[in-house]
Amino acid sequence: MERTDYDKYLRLEKFPLIWCPGCGDGIVLKAILRAVDRLGIDQNDVCMVSGIGCSSRTPGYVDFNTLHTTHGRALTFATGVKMVRPDLHVIVVTGDGDATAIGGNHFIHAARRNIDITVLLYNNWIYGMTGGQASPATPMGKKASTAPFGTMEHGFDIVALAAGAGASFVARETVAKPILLDRLIERAILKKGFSLVEVMTPCPTTYGRRNKEGDGAAMTEYLKVHSVPMARADKIPEEEMESAIVTGVFVDDDKPEYTAEYARMVERLRESKVAG
Amino acid sequence: MSTGLVTPVRVMSGNEACALGAIAAGIRFFAGYPITPSSEIAEELAERLPLQGGVFIQMEDEIAAMGAIIGASLTGAKVMTATSGPGFSLKQENIGFACMAEVPCVVVNVQRGGPSTGLPTMPAQGDVMQARWGTHGDHDIIAVAPFSVAESFDLTVRAFNLAEKYRTPVIVLLDETVGHTTEKVRLPETVETVDRIGPDAPPDKYLPYRHAESGVPPMASFGTGGYRFHVTGLAHDETGFPTNNPVEIDKLNRRINAKTTLHRDDIVDFDAIHCDDAELAVFAYGSTARSARQAVLEARGKGIPVGLFRPKTLWPFPDREVRELGERVEVIIVPEMNLGQMAHEVEWAARGGCRTVPFGRVDGQQIRPTQILELIEKEARSR
Repeated sequence: MERTDYDKYLRLEKFPLIWCPGCGDGIVLKAILRAVDRLGIDQNDVCMVSGIGCSSRTPGYVDFNTLHTTHGRALTFATGVKMVRPDLHVIVVTGDGDATAIGGNHFIHAARRNIDITVLLYNNWIYGMTGGQASPATPMGKKASTAPFGTMEHGFDIVALAAGAGASFVARETVAKPILLDRLIERAILKKGFSLVEVMTPCPTTYGRRNKEGDGAAMTEYLKVHSVPMARADKIPEEEMESAIVTGVFVDDDKPEYTAEYARMVERLRESKVAG
Repeated sequence: MSTGLVTPVRVMSGNEACALGAIAAGIRFFAGYPITPSSEIAEELAERLPLQGGVFIQMEDEIAAMGAIIGASLTGAKVMTATSGPGFSLKQENIGFACMAEVPCVVVNVQRGGPSTGLPTMPAQGDVMQARWGTHGDHDIIAVAPFSVAESFDLTVRAFNLAEKYRTPVIVLLDETVGHTTEKVRLPETVETVDRIGPDAPPDKYLPYRHAESGVPPMASFGTGGYRFHVTGLAHDETGFPTNNPVEIDKLNRRINAKTTLHRDDIVDFDAIHCDDAELAVFAYGSTARSARQAVLEARGKGIPVGLFRPKTLWPFPDREVRELGERVEVIIVPEMNLGQMAHEVEWAARGGCRTVPFGRVDGQQIRPTQILELIEKEARSR
């Protein structure tokens, strides 16, 4: 396999990365670059949009058109970009808190609208940047700075949420399988419609420490051991399924995409105007 | 630029005129969310924009509409959203983003009674301070306030031009009365339009937040000409990337807060009626200025030397003009549909040169000409 020239896509003068040792966000970053590289997309044709949080710092390091917005709102800005410039590849990078708590409404509606935006949702089960508060994805019983005795809330099944809201492409992978990850990102970018790749990634600093799950390597190993490819999911015992992270492609549909539908309407109006 | 709106004299509402003003100014993207009393603006553009190849989108909430117009503007499009009080509150965070990231955009707020859900179908002017200070942190803002249907068209065009010229959000403060009043107007066949200044350096030399002498850095568009730049709401240096350098942060904050000071003479716009020989004055804006004009004309008919000062731009505040006026008159009466938000500004600007008499109405009813006339007569008698 040809090696990706990562430097071509990176703003190296912005290094070092702000991410902590053991964080998985850098693995996602490289996977995105491999996918873009393999697809041969011109850097000028990519617009990467993010919200607030650790994952949302990704755009600062990549040499695309980059937009770091307000907390939870990346998809709204991205919608504006995409509607005016449907030719651009609009990629949203976001986290579990950013996308499903404060940005939950935008997340479901962008999926429902089926607008051609690729969402890479880094799920580390926690608000990392602000110091480890519980997020909607924090598994029940796990500790966070705002859940010192363990959270009593049910964690979101983000894949089910996106699928239920109408996304065209929905997938999940972990940073423990980076090669599978970049293939999924590639498919997500190619998909005409709203696509989501949920990437499970460790936060040793704020989640691992508090929940005694070890360092980044140990947490990545956990993700590897507990990930179950979809094809095998119905073959493993029920008690193992409780802690399983099912990976793979959950939805891959072809249905009308919003910017294409809009263009069709404009064309139709133009024709009827010409016809008088 | 041709407005493409060549029409005979016709009857329309202030909201419709606002939408048509946006078309004339060259709007390419509108995002909105239904809210009374502004929805007609969205409805009008939902029909007109696709016919002209522009984009209309109804978003899932007010916050999303504000975010969408900022994203669209960064691709080079002229953009607008429209809302009313509660929605204006929701938009504030992203308005701050547009201030910080210097993204041209127009935000229409058809004011209704507040606070909270308040009076959805009744007029108020309670958002003038929110227009100035609604989002957190020090920031500049431009706000215009039309007093008629025709002016709703004119000032919407101007709002786009100012937004583009100064890379800033511009607030169009209609009120329910202006928005829903229908009257005869003849739209101009051409209007002057302004486009943002594009980059003056090749991509490798381009600084999206250069501290230009004008205070306004040239602006590239996402996806055009190979300008791959970074936009963030974080404090940033000239390159657009986040910085913790106190010198750079200070420079940025001072520059983005100095734009309207630097260019205030270009921005500030007002109408003064019978002010030259006035001994009393009325300061009024928006639909209240309609009542005030009537009252002033009637008072003049009774021989009272009163004038009307009517700002079309509320922010930046016409402080110099009010100060000069205050030096010439004994009193400035400030009727407004709030509890004295602008009266404070007038008093501050007059700096003791004259008395300020606030008159506030917050019952959802229009201030009537007779009420203002009574105030004028009372002040005239007590001289």
